[in-house]
Amino acid sequence: MTLSEGPAAVPLLSVRGLTKLFGSFAACNAIDLDIAPGEIHALLGENGAGKSTLVKMLFGVLQPSAGQILWEGAPVTIGSPGEARHLGIGMVFQHFSLFEALTVAENIALSLDPKISLARISDEAASLSKAYGLPLDPKAHVADLSVGERQRIEIVRALLQNPKLIILDEPTSVLTPQEADRLFETLFKLKAEGRSVLYISHRLEEVRRICDRATVLRHGKVTGACDPKQETPASLARMMVGSDVAEVHRDAGTVLGDIRLEVGNLSVPARTPFAVALRNMSMKVRAGEVLAIAGVAGNGQGELFDVLSGEYPVAGDEAIRIRGKAVGRTGINGRRLLGAGFVPEERHGHAAVSAMALSDNLLLARSQSDRKAFLSGGAFSVIRFDAIRSATRRICEAMDVRKSGEDPQASSLSGGNLQKFIVGRELDRQPAVLVVNQPTWGVDAGAASRIRQALIDLAKAGSAVVVISQDLDEIFEVATNIAVISEGRLSEPHPAGTLTLERIGLLMGGIHESHSIPEAAHAH
Amino acid sequence: MRIELQKRANVSTLFSIISPLLALLLTLVFGAIMFWLLGKSPLGSLYIYFVEPLLEVWSLHELAVKAAPLILIAVGLAVCYRSNNWNIGAEGQFTIGAITGSILPVLYPEWHSWAILPLMMVMGVIGGALYAAIPALLKTRFNTNEILTSLMLVYIAGLFLDWLVRGPWRDPKGYNFPVTKSFQVEAVLPEILDSGRAHWAFIFAIVAAMALWFMMRFMLKGFEVSVLGQSERAGRFAGFSARRMAWFSMLLSGGLAGLAGISEVSGSIGHLQPSISPGYGFTAIIVTFLGRLNPLGIIASGLVLALTYLGGEAAQAALQISDKAARVFQGMLLFFVLSCDTLIHYRIRLILAGGKTAEARA
Repeated sequence: MTLSEGPAAVPLLSVRGLTKLFGSFAACNAIDLDIAPGEIHALLGENGAGKSTLVKMLFGVLQPSAGQILWEGAPVTIGSPGEARHLGIGMVFQHFSLFEALTVAENIALSLDPKISLARISDEAASLSKAYGLPLDPKAHVADLSVGERQRIEIVRALLQNPKLIILDEPTSVLTPQEADRLFETLFKLKAEGRSVLYISHRLEEVRRICDRATVLRHGKVTGACDPKQETPASLARMMVGSDVAEVHRDAGTVLGDIRLEVGNLSVPARTPFAVALRNMSMKVRAGEVLAIAGVAGNGQGELFDVLSGEYPVAGDEAIRIRGKAVGRTGINGRRLLGAGFVPEERHGHAAVSAMALSDNLLLARSQSDRKAFLSGGAFSVIRFDAIRSATRRICEAMDVRKSGEDPQASSLSGGNLQKFIVGRELDRQPAVLVVNQPTWGVDAGAASRIRQALIDLAKAGSAVVVISQDLDEIFEVATNIAVISEGRLSEPHPAGTLTLERIGLLMGGIHESHSIPEAAHAH
Repeated sequence: MRIELQKRANVSTLFSIISPLLALLLTLVFGAIMFWLLGKSPLGSLYIYFVEPLLEVWSLHELAVKAAPLILIAVGLAVCYRSNNWNIGAEGQFTIGAITGSILPVLYPEWHSWAILPLMMVMGVIGGALYAAIPALLKTRFNTNEILTSLMLVYIAGLFLDWLVRGPWRDPKGYNFPVTKSFQVEAVLPEILDSGRAHWAFIFAIVAAMALWFMMRFMLKGFEVSVLGQSERAGRFAGFSARRMAWFSMLLSGGLAGLAGISEVSGSIGHLQPSISPGYGFTAIIVTFLGRLNPLGIIASGLVLALTYLGGEAAQAALQISDKAARVFQGMLLFFVLSCDTLIHYRIRLILAGGKTAEARA
């Protein structure tokens, strides 16, 4: 399969002027796209660029407002995912639609003709997974599987329909580098069979590595079509973002101060059947240090944040210390009063209440730590709206939060701007300890670099910062030291300079080192 | 074909504000149709129902008498509902508050002191609050659905009252009627003005509404209520506890319902009897929503719903229609309030079998 065949032959799928309006907002605006048989085609764009809307129309989940979809040269209407599958389009979603309590085979059966027996599905799934190098046990329960394995179920489920086009939405965002490599091999096999792949991503390196052609979206419009192998990451980023992204600056050789946050032998049982138990975790974070905690999603990051923030206090008071004080049993506001600040992963409904104004969302995090400034009237706790509004203004200016109106609802801000506000709300207090979970998840590149810079500056000013992140680029950008979380365990921290991507990948994959012989890794 | 509710991107502020008025208008229109189907003159009936009661001083007093328990209960429920705790059992808390508040006058009819009235009120509040504590305990300890438990407790309270007034608390000189002794003068809530029956319960209601309005609008506690109601997770991040909020809101609304109960018995009836409420505890739910969960709005909507009770009584006399007409009006009002609110936030989409969509704008 060569590139030159490209769109000159009859494309497998063509899209002409495809538009989707939500009210007056055009999520996709007159999009043209051609996918040739047997090519891996990248769809690049930032969050909110319209990638998901476009593929939902291709898969029949959404109906286009205008424009045409041509399948092997003939115009088609794709009314439902069932019709899409019938045409030969398979899709692997970013968020899996699997039932955790059922087995692999049962989950696959749910998307197939109910007349086919479970045994036959097991057999076919097993042979398919062997043929494409996707090791999978049909009898395993989904709840027991890793994210990578769950993704394989979705891929096998799509392959069982014998599709000509497979759409993958951000497939590597949940994978370790090694798991991603395995996925790429599968994709090359599919390509060699003449199947096409539409590969959605914002990771430029992997797009350059595996894709034959790329279509770049920005604000719902096509801003470029190119051969990614001919481009540099910088030129692709420019097409995605529309401008050059500021680089994050860090001074070498920061002097570390005293220990600000200390966790010792912390074990926490899982709160729900599908949560991760934390096992024997220890860490020390010093003033001036950014400790980054890498790991694949769902390995205990959320649970770690919950116990560090005090939203779910732990049984042992001594297990967590902030500035030397034992706080294991102290709630989140007690910890804030000791100078700690927290930024959770989920913006809507955790870090902020979507339907409330920004000023209310400021009060949300700081009603007790800034009691004197924000409340009056003693036990009545009367809110001082003027003080809160002026603090909101100060934070928005400091973090360059773009908003409509003086004090809009949190839900009206874009993800990046809301995140800047949420981070700025903590930075405004100059916290001695800051714990951040996925600081730039779903945030545009400009806001992301600003947030990362702010975290580095905070550490430079003498605070201890913990950054929990799945984004390895981000981790290398901000970290002084890196530890890896896997299945609820935390590795020893390593200075950022001494770790390679491969080494982190092995740690992320659950290969734990023992403390005495750090080089002799053993499989868990 | 199926019908889907699709969230609107922008919610019209104008329609959010006029939604209760729109609901009221629709209720009147459909009420007129109901009268017409019953063979009565629609406009004349509506006049008897909704205008005549407002023309005389005594009936304005009656309006205040009926609005008082509705407002007292509804402002408490508003705090409950805003914090995402669904207390449906105010009728039961009203009944228990009436019983516990009546302990002193029933058991010590010879005690003549000014202290008896305040003690009765406090005991009524405590009784209502303790009765609401049962669903609160079940919810916070066992994760039980408070809608079911609080509703079921209504019927237990009603039967308990029935047993009391037919059994141990029955007036021995009452010719076997199921009533307690009439309360002594000191145990009767005084009237506000000489011109009619309106008593202090109406003042309690206005004070409670103002106080809770201040709390919701200006105090951190009100902020806590709204945050926990919209997102428990964000509330936890703020350091607020959803468990404690369940207790707070249930005890508050139960206490206010209990106060409404003892005020009604002490001020309007003067003794306990098997039936002490024409469904105030349930009608207050309508009042709460018609008042947009806002204590000041609830004062207005409480008066409107009180009018449906008065109109119902007037219509029985003047039009010879059943007192169930009042219930029909209340039911239509709740239906239209909820549907107006739903259609303001969502649009209806008909999805036909072939995956074709048709949009109905509402």
